Amino acid sequence: MTAKFDLNDGNVVVIIGSGAGGGTLGNELAHKGVKVVILEAGKRYEVSDFINDEWASFAQLAWTDARTTSGTWRVAKNFPNLPAWIVKSVGGTTTHWAGASLRFQPHEFKALTTYGKVAGANLLDWPLTLEELEPYYARAEDRMGVTRTNGLPGLPGNNNFKVFHAGAEKLGYKECNTGHMAINSVERDDRTFCHQTGFCFQGCKWGAKWSTLYTEIPKGEATGNMEVRPESRVLRIEHDDHGKVTAVVYADKDGKQQRQKARVVCVAGNSIESPRILLNSASSKFPDGLANSSGQVGRNYMRHTTGSVYAVFEKPVHMYRGTTMAGVIQDEARHDPSRGFVGGYEFETLSLGIPFMAAFLDPGAWGRSFTSAMDDYPNMAGLWIVGEDMPQENNRITLSPTVKDAFGLPVADVHFDDHPNDAAMRNHAYAQGQRLYDAVGAIRTFPTPPYPSTHNLGTNRMSEKPGDGVVNKWGQTHDIGNLFVSDGSQFTTGGAENPTLTIVTLAIRQAEYIASRMKARAI
Amino acid sequence: MLDHHGARGAPHSPSRRLFLRRSSEMAFAAAVAIGSGGALINATEAWGLEVKGLKPETMKTLILVSRDIYPHDRIPDRNYAIAAKPFDEKAAADPKQKDMFEKGVAQLDALAGPGGYFGLGWEADRVALLHRIADTPMFEAVRSTLVVSLYNQKEIWPIFGYEGESFSKGGYIHRGFDDLDWL
Ligand SMILES: Cc1cc2nc3c(=O)[nH]c(=O)nc-3n(C[C@H](O)[C@H](O)[C@H](O)COP(=O)(O)OP(=O)(O)OC[C@H]3O[C@@H](n4cnc5c(N)ncnc54)[C@H](O)[C@@H]3O)c2cc1C
Ligand code: SF4
Repeated sequence: MTAKFDLNDGNVVVIIGSGAGGGTLGNELAHKGVKVVILEAGKRYEVSDFINDEWASFAQLAWTDARTTSGTWRVAKNFPNLPAWIVKSVGGTTTHWAGASLRFQPHEFKALTTYGKVAGANLLDWPLTLEELEPYYARAEDRMGVTRTNGLPGLPGNNNFKVFHAGAEKLGYKECNTGHMAINSVERDDRTFCHQTGFCFQGCKWGAKWSTLYTEIPKGEATGNMEVRPESRVLRIEHDDHGKVTAVVYADKDGKQQRQKARVVCVAGNSIESPRILLNSASSKFPDGLANSSGQVGRNYMRHTTGSVYAVFEKPVHMYRGTTMAGVIQDEARHDPSRGFVGGYEFETLSLGIPFMAAFLDPGAWGRSFTSAMDDYPNMAGLWIVGEDMPQENNRITLSPTVKDAFGLPVADVHFDDHPNDAAMRNHAYAQGQRLYDAVGAIRTFPTPPYPSTHNLGTNRMSEKPGDGVVNKWGQTHDIGNLFVSDGSQFTTGGAENPTLTIVTLAIRQAEYIASRMKARAI
Repeated sequence: MLDHHGARGAPHSPSRRLFLRRSSEMAFAAAVAIGSGGALINATEAWGLEVKGLKPETMKTLILVSRDIYPHDRIPDRNYAIAAKPFDEKAAADPKQKDMFEKGVAQLDALAGPGGYFGLGWEADRVALLHRIADTPMFEAVRSTLVVSLYNQKEIWPIFGYEGESFSKGGYIHRGFDDLDWL
């Protein structure tokens, strides 16, 4: 039975956001008997509401409220008001995500130690290690039903994977398979297996792909300890004279302001909104925003070094058929500075439909060079590059001095400049991706620029020392004992891997810590 | 300058040459007539388009500009007319937008010389003019609208071999997700 908590119930844990971090944390806490209220800005849809249509689905689920951009990244030019492709709905971006679920490599938790000082980068080691996280990774993989873990079979390879795999073999790559995917390859957890629909980015209408919307959230609700309030937009977090947070103010579906009292607050609004909420909660006691004594809130914004390579062949591929991202090559994920950059990257299969391909293949391009590529769509294969990017202090989320949202609060400005290491990695990956397709007979290849950010990380980073970051190894803010960060903004560095498995892993681990601290009456 | 094989000498798939070129050359000027009420009428393709905000001549030019920006020889004019409709709608709703489109098209006509934009028989010559105005707000407004209003028309997806919605057909699990056999 879904719980219903009173606004004045000061014993609840309030979680802001119901995505990978928030949805998982809520379910974990609820199972431990902790009372949880999840405030979610978006509406609640069900699996049957999802739409197999790129723009229509985007309009249904994506966060399209105003944001601004600055910096030299190309997204600022082509998509000035869409820095990120993330979701505003119950389930958060786990409705749109593709399901690729890879663990970090051991050295990626020690970026500063492993890579050394990199000019212009604000590198730091994580305050935890892979060994510490391993048991939680195992639980996250089990929870999400990740293929190729816990004895689950891999997904079958689709046409796009066949081309990818053949190219990988020609290049001598050894670590190529259909991925570690949080998508059922067999019926499991009362959800069916992947039917190869090809609309993973639009919400899986079969429910085969893991999303908190139809796994963690209903399971948490079933405990009777968790209430999810959709269309509840958090405006700010309040605190008392001792500097403890006490309540969360939000606008309900009618735009009316409500105040939910809280014993603990966990921020999980993804890496643009989470720092924005902390900054917008500035007070006379905390004039630079909550938990910001380090000045690091909003800084070190990372988005992974990305890009795509599409290639046209003489014969049909029909890459859009089947799982969107079930294919990975991990040979380039190692740290090997002889390639001209630190850190590494993964290749993953990727496909877009015609509407998104037109918008993203070469944003702003027109004329026959562009349209002849579109004409060859059936014969196209595609891959995505995802690699570690460098945290930089000035890549950051700030409050816009000019643009305000419907509630009168400054919107987020997202500033990003590529670091030379990012550019070197991307160029290496483009060249390898093009070689891969050339090796299996590509007629033309297209090094496609990064899309609006799907991976948003680092803006409330974890650090050993309070001066270097915002939260400790448990995601607890250094400054305020009962304020936590529970999403990808905790990441100290990004690693080469898609982030969600690690976000879920940290949330499971954080839940244990919060529950034990509550029991000990420490918070 | 772009020729109509693409700026970077794109290789052709042999099949494409077999498709009829539509009215992207002179034919378009003749194929689309302006009716008495100011509507655009294409008798061959059997469609008409009521124009509300812009001069019919302006709309007619914008339809050709749309094809010149995103030329697909297998797509009939009808779909370019549908793609261009938002320009007329924006002009009808907002005098500033109307002014931008009218002035932008007048500028194109002036650059083209005596016969106007339509007087330039070769796509390559028209595209050269478009490059000269590519930094103007009007061009960017036209291009960024078209990239959705053209490619989001379900009707043309089969021309690109894109099958669209697949859930209702059971996905591709029994419909060729792994049917590639040429490797
Ligand atoms: C197309 C696409 C494909 C992807 N594929 C992969 C993949 O294959 N593998 C992978 O690891 N990752 C992938 N990702 C990224 C992944 O989805 C995110 O990393 C993950 O969902 C982030 O989790 P989160 O909890 O930080 O935030 P989210 O899941 O984004 O959830 C945040 C939630 O907080 C809500 N919120 C924000 N502000 C407020 C507020 N003020 N008040 C109330 N609620 C608020 C939002 O509405 C949202 O629902 C993909 C993303 C996209 C867009
Ligand atoms: S391809 Fe598989 S995982 Fe993706 S949407 Fe379809 S059924 Fe779901």
